[in-house]
Amino acid sequence: MSLVKQIRMVALTGNEAIAYAVKQANVDVIAAYPITPQTIIVERLSKYVADGELEAAFIQAESEHSALSICIGAALTGARTFTSTASQGLALMHEVLHIASSMRAPIVMAVANRALNSPLNIHCDHSDIMNARDTGWIHLFANNVQQAYDLTLIAFRLSEDLDVLLPTSINLDGFILTHSVEPVEVLPDEDVRNFLGENRYPYEIDFNKPLAYGVMALPDTYMEFRKQLYEVLKSAPRIYDEIAEEYAKISGRRYGKLLPYFTEDAEVIVIALGSSVETLKYVAKRLRREGLKAGVLGITMYRPFPEEELVEILSKAKVVVVMDRAYSYGGVGGPLYTDVLSTLYKNDLKITIADFIYGLGGRDFKISDAEEIFKKAFRALEKGSFDQDIYWWGVKE
Amino acid sequence: MSQQVEKFFNGVRDIPLEDYFTPGHRLCAGCGPAIAMKLIMKAIKMPTIVVNATGCVEVSTSMFPYVSWRVPWVHVAFENAAAVASGIVEALKILNRKRGKQMHDVIAIAGDGGTFDIGLQALSGALERNHKMLFICYDNEAYMNTGVQRSGATPTGAATTTSPAGKIIPGKQERKKDLIGIVVAHKIPYAATASISHPIDLMNKVRKALNIDGATLIHVLTPCTLGWRYPPSQTVKIARLAVETGYFPIYEVEDGRVKINIRLSKFKPIEEFIKIQGRFKHLLQPENERILDYLKKQIEENWSRLLKLEETGIRI
Repeated sequence: MSLVKQIRMVALTGNEAIAYAVKQANVDVIAAYPITPQTIIVERLSKYVADGELEAAFIQAESEHSALSICIGAALTGARTFTSTASQGLALMHEVLHIASSMRAPIVMAVANRALNSPLNIHCDHSDIMNARDTGWIHLFANNVQQAYDLTLIAFRLSEDLDVLLPTSINLDGFILTHSVEPVEVLPDEDVRNFLGENRYPYEIDFNKPLAYGVMALPDTYMEFRKQLYEVLKSAPRIYDEIAEEYAKISGRRYGKLLPYFTEDAEVIVIALGSSVETLKYVAKRLRREGLKAGVLGITMYRPFPEEELVEILSKAKVVVVMDRAYSYGGVGGPLYTDVLSTLYKNDLKITIADFIYGLGGRDFKISDAEEIFKKAFRALEKGSFDQDIYWWGVKE
Repeated sequence: MSQQVEKFFNGVRDIPLEDYFTPGHRLCAGCGPAIAMKLIMKAIKMPTIVVNATGCVEVSTSMFPYVSWRVPWVHVAFENAAAVASGIVEALKILNRKRGKQMHDVIAIAGDGGTFDIGLQALSGALERNHKMLFICYDNEAYMNTGVQRSGATPTGAATTTSPAGKIIPGKQERKKDLIGIVVAHKIPYAATASISHPIDLMNKVRKALNIDGATLIHVLTPCTLGWRYPPSQTVKIARLAVETGYFPIYEVEDGRVKINIRLSKFKPIEEFIKIQGRFKHLLQPENERILDYLKKQIEENWSRLLKLEETGIRI
């Protein structure tokens, strides 16, 4: 990879971009288990370690459950720690996800978003991460390969911030981003070093300062522990803003918690997570040329949910479309839809809204899909309502 | 003649006064695991980190805001003590290299559920990766923390709340897993059994294991007054009878070679071990003789296998 050091713009897949960022972050411990479409991240990392380009312990665990357990042990010992997974692997980790956040272990994990069984499917949707939504992690979503690289670096800084100390997931759409080659502007190693600094985890496991980690709490104290998690996730967005601003200074790329596109005066706003945001932006730009007031809202920070910013942007819209690449079965809609709906209700905003369930198991989300969805939204703008609240988009009948 | 373990502690006089597992914990009166913890923590070298799986010892020694451990102590979940310990060991190594962080011994402690059953996969992974750590299984032969349910370590015939001594099915019908056999199949440098009735042997094994550069495991038999149903004053006596009747052989496997540490010139009858425990009471009824015989056969088979392995020096 000596070429990368000399040229700042390189062609990388999403997986390679993340592996490269992790290497630049001079991570100490990597523990993972192979699963498609994430595997290339850890393949690259193991090569960096084997070639002496990265001084780190690379541990291939015998399961994702153990991989994340290894990460907790390593992070609490003071190591900068990384893992990555997808789909079933993330589901197998589920128990440990909750523990990682409540033990305040600053772990960074890439999730190559992939559908859950059954039927078996290795392609993209967000069912895996939505199942892990309420685990107390910070969840960031990349819309393209550049963002996957940038957010990985931001994630280490955010997780290790002394006022945060939480695990962070960086989500990138399986295959669509993990395997697509894009031009990526990488930072010089020195800039990354300066931006991240040393991991200063203050409670590292050490005999000279013996502490107990993961104790038992009875009903008289348990809620106070959980309230701490609630509080820290409340304050994390403010710290994210500061870090993102600092990152913008060194990289020229600014990542708000939300990425609004033509939303300022938009009558119709489509909200989405992941790579579809780029497709929607492309179509919105075309619609603007036709004089239609179309806007797109990408969400970078999905948890903690950027409620205030969302209200500010949506308050001026007349129609909102929520794109959900997952569903809450038996619930009132997709996970993002219920988040948006509750936010609107809490803030007395009565806006015409519908939920579009799309792209499950990797079904393509094409430009024509984005065009039709916008078309439906503008029709709802005229009529004052959608003809249904939940659309299963593109399903063969 | 018995082949004793390498001696770091020659007798009770050598046992350090210093306690790293301290009084005030909430384990039962007459708790076998509590005795094991005290002895293990008297055998440690400095500095040490303990990783604990969910279980009796974990819940009874870490009730917020109190803790019974004077060393760093980590609990994450039930099945992953070996994985968490792996992470700590490897983090210490890399941080020692990168910024001189002090090296520590790492001991993972789990009950039989966290070792034989739910923890077996994580244990297998850690043993295969051969991290320098000591894994100690305190075996009280059932899920005692949740109220005495059968485990893969429960012996044939024992009654538990999920293998009750019923009219048709008199207790657990299956065999106890051969933990040392499973562990040794990973070709780790050292594995041993020990009993709280033989404290010096246990402590020497802990120290010996900690001196080995690789994954090691000690399987300690720790009677449970509630689960085995006997008076709390009898814990050590029952542990001793388990050894003297041949029920729980005390041996070690170093680089694949078996060495029996407590050889018996004469086996006490198994009935002596069985008759004082409520969990086995029904085995003495004539209609259950078959199960008792099966248990006896298991003991005989196990001993003849161990003796043969020791005699021939065949590496397992």
